[in-house]
Amino acid sequence: MNKLVKLFTKESSLIPLMAILLGLLFGALVMIMGGYNPIIAYASLFKKVFGDLYNFGETIRQITPLIFTGLSVAFAFRTGLFNIGAEGQFVMGSLGAVIIGTQLSLPWYIHAPLAILVGALFGGIWGGIAGYLKAKRGVHEVITTIMLNWISLYFSNYIIANYLREPGQQHSEMIKPTASISLLNWLSEAFGYNARLHWGTIIALIAAFIFFIILWKTKQGYELRAVGFNPHASEYAGMNVNRNIINAMFIGGVFAGLGGAVEILGVFNYQTIAAGFPGYGFDGIAVALIGANTPVGVILASILFGSLTYGAPGMKFGAGVPIEVIRVVIASVIFFVAASGIVTYILSLFKRKKKEVL
Amino acid sequence: MMNDINYVVEMRNITKRFPGIIANDHISFKVRKGEIHALLGENGAGKSTLMNVLFGLYQPEEGQILINEKEVKITDPNVANDLGIGMVHQHFMLVENFTVTENIILGSEPKKGLKINYQEARKTVTALSEKYGLKVNPDAKIEDISVGMQQRVEILKTLYRGADILIFDEPTAVLTPQEILELADIMNNLVNEEKSIILITHKLKEIMEIANSVTIIRRGRVIDSLLVQDTNPDELASKMVGREVTFGVEKKEASPGNNILEVANIFVKDYRGVQLLNGISLEVKEGEILGIAGVDGNGQSELIDVITGLRNADGGKVLLKGNDITNHTPRYITEAGVSHIPEDRHKRGLILDFTVGENMVMETYFYPDYQTNHLLDYQKINQHAEKLIEEFDVRTPSVNTLARALSGGNQQKAIIAREVDKDPDLLIAAQPTRGLDVGAIEFIHRRLVEQRDKGKAVLLISLEVDEILSLSDRIAVIYEGQIVGIVNPKETTEQELGLMMAGAAKQEGAIHHE
Repeated sequence: MNKLVKLFTKESSLIPLMAILLGLLFGALVMIMGGYNPIIAYASLFKKVFGDLYNFGETIRQITPLIFTGLSVAFAFRTGLFNIGAEGQFVMGSLGAVIIGTQLSLPWYIHAPLAILVGALFGGIWGGIAGYLKAKRGVHEVITTIMLNWISLYFSNYIIANYLREPGQQHSEMIKPTASISLLNWLSEAFGYNARLHWGTIIALIAAFIFFIILWKTKQGYELRAVGFNPHASEYAGMNVNRNIINAMFIGGVFAGLGGAVEILGVFNYQTIAAGFPGYGFDGIAVALIGANTPVGVILASILFGSLTYGAPGMKFGAGVPIEVIRVVIASVIFFVAASGIVTYILSLFKRKKKEVL
Repeated sequence: MMNDINYVVEMRNITKRFPGIIANDHISFKVRKGEIHALLGENGAGKSTLMNVLFGLYQPEEGQILINEKEVKITDPNVANDLGIGMVHQHFMLVENFTVTENIILGSEPKKGLKINYQEARKTVTALSEKYGLKVNPDAKIEDISVGMQQRVEILKTLYRGADILIFDEPTAVLTPQEILELADIMNNLVNEEKSIILITHKLKEIMEIANSVTIIRRGRVIDSLLVQDTNPDELASKMVGREVTFGVEKKEASPGNNILEVANIFVKDYRGVQLLNGISLEVKEGEILGIAGVDGNGQSELIDVITGLRNADGGKVLLKGNDITNHTPRYITEAGVSHIPEDRHKRGLILDFTVGENMVMETYFYPDYQTNHLLDYQKINQHAEKLIEEFDVRTPSVNTLARALSGGNQQKAIIAREVDKDPDLLIAAQPTRGLDVGAIEFIHRRLVEQRDKGKAVLLISLEVDEILSLSDRIAVIYEGQIVGIVNPKETTEQELGLMMAGAAKQEGAIHHE
């Protein structure tokens, strides 16, 4: 317990916690200005998320893809790269999973894992392309990943519309039951429980563990971190800087691709012809930032993000607060994390006061 | 006479603590008007902390500061500026793609309405540069001018802001011998114009040549304060280090054997097509130190890069023990038996955000010795690092400390430990003592000679002629990408080397070709 207290009073965890608090306070301020009652609003947000088991399960569903995209962005960050392309890698992961899920007929113990793997591979390749262009052609990964996002969106729309479409619908055929990783049927039969839980959440937690192992326990991870911190010294030490850039983007893409795959295989069972991005990739940037690019941080930040997003309709319902306001809250949390100097300053004011009192 | 002395700066009993250490322990320090006062101390002795206190970057816990005999509180650098204190930083604070004038006026621009009055700015800058003999081209961009000129811009910046007390932080660390002489002239001009100078340094030679008085700091305390005319380098060195220091390197006669490294007719062009290496050839034998002397920018860096595989040669061959290693990868070349102490320890030598332990295996992390079940075994890595830390006396709180937190000397010792421990056939040492204090230099020199005596080939590249002369068994002089002569250190002088380094024709009789 003491350890836990220490963990949360450490400066490194205190700053994000303070930032979250400030973000919520700022959101409250916005609500007051709009004539809403922030206490009722936050209470109904809390109630929506934790109030009953169904909504709690749905919140977990909301959190899961954020863990994947958060890990994707955080992994790239750790290796000195800025992956804005988790969105596109996520979409490609979905596409890979939906192709395998709809086109093949296999026993479940092969079908579902294969669909997940192909989704991961699609995401990895999508990230790897940006890595390759950076390594061999010097194109900045921010530019290429943004462009690849759009390419992935329209590419997958094209594939679905022309080859995988459910007749008369704006989405693909349903994946075969053997490819599904949903727990819904089993849960509702056994307990009458209807939240769309799936194995992907477990995979997300495993992915976070693998993230840690790769970066801090393997030779490859040693190289990736070295290149991220100092490519010149890495080159001097005999590492292949270019190959490491490609690997980093590939692995980052795998995380996002996994997220896209389990979202299809676990939640929707089909992929829609989308007018826009699902948004998980961009939220992943914020998640990675709030989570300080550590696997545990990413999980915690995803929980925060997922809860806020899923709880937003509760605020609308309970206090009449428009959904947009919850976005203001999220944005101000990110703002205060990014501008951690402000938080440090506020903390130092507290500390000084304490000293004076003593 | 004594009553006339007025002190422009007086710091009394300054104490500044950081977690775990007392950086300044009741330091008192006085500077007379119009003198050059050197602040001498090893890395980490507390010189920079004291000057940061004076410049308002740190607040002392105890003590008073008097400027022109009035007590002041310097709460931030702006206050220091207003009091006429200017700092010439070691790492220049310049905007690379601005012109000299733009950099000088940055932050206090003369205005004409809402616009900046560049004409007036330019005039002021030109006037200042003429008054103090600081030759600069006001319209040149920083990225196009030499390091020496960049430093003059830094000095002008402080003068432009009306500084009367100038703090120079290790100003010669980045300069060539020629530029150092010019800097000495500039400093003399400045004190002739009633400015006072505080010179932070650990180079004794400079103090003897430039300064009027010197205050020696060791481990946060003032050891002594004396007039330069009353002291000598030996006394200063032992006061600074706290023990007797041997100058000049003691070494036996070299007994060179077979060629370890052969560089034959190497050419390198840069992306603009300018020849950086122009058919350079040399050999290094086992059991000898070959020193390469030259003015910075004559191809030294490119030569090392080609030998170590960091850069491809456009022509020519590099042989290691007779095997062709030309244009192979750095990994191949280190594994073949080449160790390399890089000239820039922050850029190449260390990953500053890695721990000391991680840095110790930078080139060997993939060895099975450091793995268990194909995963990195930090216990083994840290054991290895601890062994090196002890053997090479690297002062670090633990192996888990970030390399960034070590002092320059200890960072360099860590690199040398790593490179020497690989037991190479060829050790390349590029500027191995740059920016280090006497104690660390002595240590590193001994290690290099030790490698030689073990029968290794050592290739030493240095811009310090003293270092080349005292360590090398043979000296090759590099000029515009070629070796212009090979001399015996016992039969040459600093003057002769200086001339050769400047590209003067070889002098008959003094040069011994192979």
